[in-house]
Amino acid sequence: MPQFQQFVQQLINGLSIGAIYALIAVGYTMVYGVLRLINFAHGDVYMIGAMTGFYASTRWFHLQQPTWAGFFLVLVCSMLVCGALGYFIELLAYRPLRNQPRIVSLITAIAVSMLLEFGGQAKWMFGPDPKPFPDLIPGVEAHPDLVHMGQLVIGKVDAMIFLIALVMMFALRYVVRQTKMGLALRAVSYRFDTAALMGVNVNRVISFTFVLGSVLAAVAGVLVGLRSPKVDPLMGLLPGLKAFIAAVLGGIGDIRGALAGGFLLGITEAMVVSYFPKGSEYRDGVAFLVLIAILVVKPSGLFGRAVQEKV
Amino acid sequence: MRRDILILLLIGVTSWVCRAARADDDIVIGEFGSLTGGTATFGTSTDEGLRLALDEINSSGGVLGKAIRVVVEDDQSKPEAAVTAVQKLISEDHVIAVIGEVASSRSLAAAPVCQRSRIPMLSPSSTNPKVTAVGNFIFRACFIDPFQGAAMANFAMNNDKGPKARRFAILYDVKNDYSVGLRQFFTQTVKANGGQIVADESYGEGDIDFKAQLTNIERAAPDAIYVPGYYTEVGLICRQARDLGMSIPLMGGDGWDSDKTFQIGRDAVNGCYFTNHYSPDEDTPRVKDFVAHYRAKYANKTPDAMAILGYDAMGMLADAIKRAGSTDGRQIRDALAHTKGYPGASGNITMDARRNAQKPIVILKIENDQAHFVATVQPDAAGSGK
Repeated sequence: MPQFQQFVQQLINGLSIGAIYALIAVGYTMVYGVLRLINFAHGDVYMIGAMTGFYASTRWFHLQQPTWAGFFLVLVCSMLVCGALGYFIELLAYRPLRNQPRIVSLITAIAVSMLLEFGGQAKWMFGPDPKPFPDLIPGVEAHPDLVHMGQLVIGKVDAMIFLIALVMMFALRYVVRQTKMGLALRAVSYRFDTAALMGVNVNRVISFTFVLGSVLAAVAGVLVGLRSPKVDPLMGLLPGLKAFIAAVLGGIGDIRGALAGGFLLGITEAMVVSYFPKGSEYRDGVAFLVLIAILVVKPSGLFGRAVQEKV
Repeated sequence: MRRDILILLLIGVTSWVCRAARADDDIVIGEFGSLTGGTATFGTSTDEGLRLALDEINSSGGVLGKAIRVVVEDDQSKPEAAVTAVQKLISEDHVIAVIGEVASSRSLAAAPVCQRSRIPMLSPSSTNPKVTAVGNFIFRACFIDPFQGAAMANFAMNNDKGPKARRFAILYDVKNDYSVGLRQFFTQTVKANGGQIVADESYGEGDIDFKAQLTNIERAAPDAIYVPGYYTEVGLICRQARDLGMSIPLMGGDGWDSDKTFQIGRDAVNGCYFTNHYSPDEDTPRVKDFVAHYRAKYANKTPDAMAILGYDAMGMLADAIKRAGSTDGRQIRDALAHTKGYPGASGNITMDARRNAQKPIVILKIENDQAHFVATVQPDAAGSGK
């Protein structure tokens, strides 16, 4: 396989992984933007999205054959469940602590994360066994390739992940820039107290932010279930952390940053595995190296601006 | 005052009843395995085979005139939990022997505990040679990886029913003693036979994306890929290899043996080979008998290798206790060490000097979503059965 073709193939692999990180990272970045809180439970909302997708397609609706209708049904189910979950996590775990020092919310976030992970492993919940996510996209089982040029392959599922991520990003951009709620969101991110004084219903904006982020995480969960059909309660741990790193890399608080950071991290991972000897052993460690590097070199991230604290 | 006396009386009676209910004259055996987690089918299959043997033993009078009672602990596919499980079995349940585990990493974690406590431990299916090297109280009912890795290498290179490959890629699980060991033995035999390892990639148990490693492997243009891992990752790897357009066969070890391999891998696993302890379509009376009884007890489910080894391990242990004539750990250990030609369903089991079983390997090929018997390798032929 010629060098260039291999490079492009790894780029494609990286974009697919990166799209998932980007979808999850947006949730982290938006919540940080409005609340200055790192919602550690967000990675587990992604897991719940994947789990809901599994249960919806196998237990609730008994989908026998992959159909587009079935896929969208499962996707919507997942989005609804995670949206509600995000709403209630904010309402019950973070809102009561909004006036407390931020470290308190951080600890709570970690607690919610662990609750979802270990509660999920309980026998009466999901159980710790990984579950085989079914095929939901028609035409993938027989012909998984969209494009097959020589040895270069772009899988249908990977292409779909990339496209859906892009569509969601554009939709998000529209919401943030063209709607009233988006304006309120930007106002609250900019100055929390002043926005409240100007009559913005801050509670509603924050709930909206959580719901939006969780919906995107749900989409990511279902897409990952389709690509690597193994879902288990701990699947959100590492991707959650990496998405957080992607958000920091791009500039936490900036939605473009989440997108850029996600794709960049995904591609870096694929390249490290490909071009470094024994790279696959460092695959997960690379993300954390990137985190340290960006915090040392440019802590505000790629798109972030250094904020002056005026005393 | 009267209410307090009533409560005390209730507590007293309850604890007396509970004490009396504990059967003191059973022989207690411990079993630890991965009933849940990433390798759940290993533990549940072993348990099912074990219980089949237990029923047969107890219904024909038990051992030394007593019934055998098995206490099970789940280690959730985690080595740390395996240690605590075995500690609990030994110190709280006072077991006289332990059966477990399937995964070599977990057997290695638990073995030192059993060795220190002088409780014999019989692993039904751990194949990494280091397990029995922990001490003289640790045994296994199956073959070891030097044999398994070599058998697959020989088959893949020389056997006409195999892929007749010369260039191999390896994709192994770096977090897993079993996988690391198999890779080493496979590589040795390939090189000794003049073959080449053109790519050597790794992953970690729990990973879900292998496309980067598979793309690297594709670049090296191998004839076949050796994937000596456990079924969950193997299923995903096969699918992703096919997704990338790779049609070369993948091969593996007994860690592939699970119905989840087919559930996760679907038709991507067709055309692949793996080494195993037995094949359900083997045409011997003992295997046929075992499969029939297993199906009868477990709703027509086909037993996998872990089930038959669990069955044989229980039988072997009961036989050893009978020969020892006592429930003393040391005597059971000695009896186990002298096991000769025990007629197990998976084959005749004889313990060698290193407390490993000398047993043949079967090679299976997956076709039409089912594993079929292709060849048997006897211990001497592969050259590393000792």
